[in-house]
Amino acid sequence: MEIVKTQPQDDLSTGQAPEAKMAQSPLAIRGLTVSYGEKPAVFSVDMTVEPGQMTAIIGPNGAGKSTLLKAALGIVAPLSGRVSVFGRSLEEQRARIAYVPQRASVDWDFPTRVIDVVLMGLYRELGLLGRIRGMHRAKALDCLERVGMGDFAARQIGQLSGGQQQRVFLARALAQGADLYLLDEPFAGVDAATEKAIISVLKSLREAGKTVVVVHHDLATVTEYFDRVFLINTRRVAEGPVAESFTEETLQAAYGGRLATSQIDKLARV
Amino acid sequence: MLLDALLLQLGYNATLVAIGAALLGTAAGITGTFLFLRKRALVSDAVSHATLPGVCIAFLLMAFAGGDGRNLAGLLAGSAVSAGIGLWCMNWLTRNTRLAEDAAIGAVLSVFFGFGIVLLTVIQTLGVGRQAGLEGFLLGSTAGMLYSDAVVIAAGGAVTLFLVLVTRRPMTLVAFDPEYAAARGLQVDRIDMLMMGLVMAVTVVGLKIVGLILIVALLIIPAVTARFWTERSEYVVLLAGLFGGVAAYLGAALSASAPNLPTGPLIVLVSFALFALSLFLAPNRGVLAAVLRHMRFQRRVHLRQGLLALAQGQAIYESLTLRLLRRADLVRADGVATGKGKVRAAKALRDEQRWEVVRSDVTQEAAAALYDGLRDIETVLTRDQIQEIDRRIGGPREVVS
Repeated sequence: MEIVKTQPQDDLSTGQAPEAKMAQSPLAIRGLTVSYGEKPAVFSVDMTVEPGQMTAIIGPNGAGKSTLLKAALGIVAPLSGRVSVFGRSLEEQRARIAYVPQRASVDWDFPTRVIDVVLMGLYRELGLLGRIRGMHRAKALDCLERVGMGDFAARQIGQLSGGQQQRVFLARALAQGADLYLLDEPFAGVDAATEKAIISVLKSLREAGKTVVVVHHDLATVTEYFDRVFLINTRRVAEGPVAESFTEETLQAAYGGRLATSQIDKLARV
Repeated sequence: MLLDALLLQLGYNATLVAIGAALLGTAAGITGTFLFLRKRALVSDAVSHATLPGVCIAFLLMAFAGGDGRNLAGLLAGSAVSAGIGLWCMNWLTRNTRLAEDAAIGAVLSVFFGFGIVLLTVIQTLGVGRQAGLEGFLLGSTAGMLYSDAVVIAAGGAVTLFLVLVTRRPMTLVAFDPEYAAARGLQVDRIDMLMMGLVMAVTVVGLKIVGLILIVALLIIPAVTARFWTERSEYVVLLAGLFGGVAAYLGAALSASAPNLPTGPLIVLVSFALFALSLFLAPNRGVLAAVLRHMRFQRRVHLRQGLLALAQGQAIYESLTLRLLRRADLVRADGVATGKGKVRAAKALRDEQRWEVVRSDVTQEAAAALYDGLRDIETVLTRDQIQEIDRRIGGPREVVS
């Protein structure tokens, strides 16, 4: 696809050697292919996440956005490709990654309370047999406060609304104290207040020098929320700063005829 | 007689059986809880039925080798091997074919069990060894239990409990959110395998007492019973262990108190009795609680309707409504609102307007689904969510003093 050629993958503004680029990147993916059955969901994708920035992964339904994230984390096994995290292998750097799955992926009638879910974020700290102490609870409560859910700590998770469930998942990720945050559709089907709460937490993470990658479906908010975009439709379509890579041309390429031209105009030229 | 049995006064064998059963019940209840939470309860049924061919083959091997075909440790080892093969078949079928897990369970369960029954019949016709008692593995038989059998059961139960204690956190995490668990670097496949291994161990250990057909009840019913009483997984685990242990102990004592009462089925029936009690009496999730909740609910509806009528200056005709309002000191005897009544009425009306906003907002769908005209909105939404709504309504218009 032409757009990819106009933005060479290894030469993103700084002109550094590709290896150096990869070593610095919080998440660098090379030649990643994932297939369910015999139809690749993600085909030979390269991605280089910039440190300390907020990146949106965008593409039409079924374009492999979530699959890309899951393969990067080793949740689904890729057919081929390499993933490096902060220049090392995924397994070495697991502790530095926090993942927020789609909230529909779990059973919300599970017998557990809000605070217990957040405490799952401290899983590594606690180890197999370590007791949950006051400081762990305090840390979990603090994370709940940060997402505006401090009053809900003792609730059974089944009593939460969709937006609140999403906030609990975010609090669990915060509890990990990671450097790289990967979120799968955190804004899907949540209320306006929750969207505000989540985006302000993500921005505070960026201010603290953390890297945030979000699978995002709402094209209208891309320019407002994100620094960089990664457009995918099974293959990589474009990658770069929002101003350069989130354009009429790239959107047409990613979505094909699925977006009306007038719609794209409105989105890309703000 | 029953009292004697409960107090372990019925002699050596009955005491052995009761203690062994209690240990087994506890181990099964605790292990089964993780299976229940992972929503794979029926896998245990296939695993238990898959033990039968192993028992028979082990018997034949030991008998032909000139040993005692009924050596319990040998038989259990054989059952573990064939249960393992059954488990592997099930995993293979679900992973490499389009079969769903329930279909794989059905296939493995029936084929292994059928094969086992054939072997059992062959053994009986061959007349090798002293095969009497082998069919006791179907429904459990405790009559000839030896001290060494009890030791095998106790040791197996203890090892299982220890492994559960060590792996409870990863197993809970995998049961609740397998994707997140994988992202944290947990080997979900291996943890599932370990869980199944523990279930297999409990099944094998329990063959002698409960038998392979009913062991599934000991794994699942205590967990389901415990779920009625608590919303926390760690308490579900502990309560399931308690219920399993108590049911097994009582069942064993019952069967010892009268001649020819089968142990395994009695344990299952006691287990069911605990389940039935919980079904009716448990707070929140129980049936009785649901009825009471409905009555409370009806009162809340009347109270709320009354308050909204007050706020809008409408007359109240329902006598129950008036009675409730009067009892709560919200209206005077003549039906006029008190000061407290006015404040509550204004708040009710305000909440109603907030709910209207919530319900007209597609993204608030989940919160709107909780709308029942009664709930205080702050029990459903966070403070910033309510502020956002108030901002949209614009100013506290309707709040009267």
